[in-house]
Amino acid sequence: MKGKTFGGSQDYVASEELLSAVNIAMTLQKPLLLKGEPGTGKTMLARSIASSLHAPLYIWNIKSTTKAQDGLYVYDVVQRLYDSQFGGEGVDDIEKYVHLGQVGEAFESEERAVLLIDEIDKADLEFPNDLLWELDQMEFTIPQTGRTVKAKHRPVILITSNAEKELPDAFLRRCIFHYIEFPDEALMRRIIGVHYPDLEQNLLDQAIAAFYWVRGLPGLQKKPSTSELIDWIRALTFSGIPQEEILRQIPFAGVLLKKNEDLESLEKSKARRRF
Amino acid sequence: MFTDFFYYLRSQGLAVSLQEWLTLCEALDKGLAGASFTRFYGLCRAVLIKSEADYDKFDSAFIRYFRAIAEASEEIPPELMEWLNKPAVTPGNYDEEIARLNSLLTPEQIEEMLAQRLKEQKEEHNGGSYWVGTGGMSTFGNAGNSPTGIRVGGQSIHHRAFRVAGERRFRDFTGDTVLDTRQFQVALRRLRQYSAKTDVPKTELNPDATVDATCENGGTLKLVYERPRINTVKVLMLMDSGGSMDYYSGLCTALFQAVRKSNHFKDLKIYYFHNCVYSHLYTEPTCNPAKWVTTESVLNTLGRDYKVIFVGDAEMAPYELWGGQYAKRKSGLDWLLTIRDHFSHVVWLNPGTGDSYWGVCQTYDAIRHEFDMYTLTVKNLEKALKKLVSAR
Repeated sequence: MKGKTFGGSQDYVASEELLSAVNIAMTLQKPLLLKGEPGTGKTMLARSIASSLHAPLYIWNIKSTTKAQDGLYVYDVVQRLYDSQFGGEGVDDIEKYVHLGQVGEAFESEERAVLLIDEIDKADLEFPNDLLWELDQMEFTIPQTGRTVKAKHRPVILITSNAEKELPDAFLRRCIFHYIEFPDEALMRRIIGVHYPDLEQNLLDQAIAAFYWVRGLPGLQKKPSTSELIDWIRALTFSGIPQEEILRQIPFAGVLLKKNEDLESLEKSKARRRF
Repeated sequence: MFTDFFYYLRSQGLAVSLQEWLTLCEALDKGLAGASFTRFYGLCRAVLIKSEADYDKFDSAFIRYFRAIAEASEEIPPELMEWLNKPAVTPGNYDEEIARLNSLLTPEQIEEMLAQRLKEQKEEHNGGSYWVGTGGMSTFGNAGNSPTGIRVGGQSIHHRAFRVAGERRFRDFTGDTVLDTRQFQVALRRLRQYSAKTDVPKTELNPDATVDATCENGGTLKLVYERPRINTVKVLMLMDSGGSMDYYSGLCTALFQAVRKSNHFKDLKIYYFHNCVYSHLYTEPTCNPAKWVTTESVLNTLGRDYKVIFVGDAEMAPYELWGGQYAKRKSGLDWLLTIRDHFSHVVWLNPGTGDSYWGVCQTYDAIRHEFDMYTLTVKNLEKALKKLVSAR
């Protein structure tokens, strides 16, 4: 197998399936498309891969107004016009007004980089199609200067999606896909262990039991995710609430649940259960 | 053998493309699956399947295609499994000759041999080249040195291909299952038609027009802005709030919330009716006559361009639809048709399937005959919404 493989890192715990998907994508040099519930660590994964490969990380956050070209380069026409009007220096030098975007930067990087295209589904429906050539060939040309930016080392590309829009088939065909499931209890314990190495066993047991019970409530509009559990455990450790009360009372439920309706249904369920 | 699997997946409705198949072959060439069936399963899924909605379909196709191995592994007695899970590695028993012979075996032969061995084997064997065991040269067992073979046990039970596939954990994501709010919202985003012919402020710079204007201005910069393109879709939702709908209340609440939360519509109107639409529409789901408006006035105020979504089970007593003893007045069906013909795009979403325990309802058939009716699932909602924005 070429290059290094990724086996998780100290501060990031991943399932076997996810690790093998990352390694498949790295070996085949194809973008890895990640989907999953919010809070399953899609964005964190890129940081962790970058740090374990000692590679620079470029993050391209996609918004609804993002155009594919923005990630490659931006030609600041307006600035150049202004400069030409007021006799700024170096107006002839178009290169000065061409700024590389995150994809361009990752291509130009002297060592193999990690490129994260975050929440690609936020953008316009056609957005992924506009990147097909660039991600396949790992190069693009800036027509204004005639310069071709070609990847010196094929970057490791991670793409995350929250499934707000369906991605075009042509784009999907070029990706390796992995759906990050919500961590099961065993994996969750390892994740918590990374964040709180010295947590008392009893507190952990109680918190995890309560957390999965809350997640299992029917009709929740927004289920609590890993990051909320981590915040909640912090709140619990600082509060000094007796540990045996955690499961019964579920204190600071507002940390876990963010919607009024959800908090109400939690109260109702608490009243109904028998412990 | 593998090309068969490709066609099998396609015949099962999984849109695996040739490109993806070649990628898989490349991955196998590079040894990404190793000798592990679990990793082979994971590799196939990561490369070939691009949506969690298809995971379930893939799992069941995978199981069916590799059933022989699955059945063999089901016959493995638990004590054998347990012992296989704790491999005792025997170093230095690699035998090139056996490795060469083993690599010549076809998977079918290996399966057959495994089944046969399972019948014969009565005790533990580690480091050998015939029995099922750990660290050996036989084609079965785990942590072994044979170039081909079936992995029996080993690792966590969850990471074995057939256990993983067999659990079918992704059943919930299948496109045919009924939706939750978020899935509704995602689907509703399809309901978009962009237009720049709106009355919002001009905030977007138009570079081409700016260049032209600047040139005409004798070279002094002149910026030209234009209106951003925004969604012009207007929606009228008519929900059945009648008794027979109670059964679907959870589903309809989810849809209702999703529609309310979808703030990308230019306008959204929601009215309620009880079983069928008559001269009045209610503004509250309780169908309180104190809060009603006449259907006529709704039709008069809303233009033809509103997209109409009916939500109802279309099940009612026949006289409610056809009038019966009240035949003098305009019948329910006539009202429905009036609404249908007033607007250019109308769909009917039905949370039920029409077949209650007393058989398919008469009114269901009649309404389905007149409207584009869709049973409320992910796929169908998408179809219905596509219909709403399509040209007629």
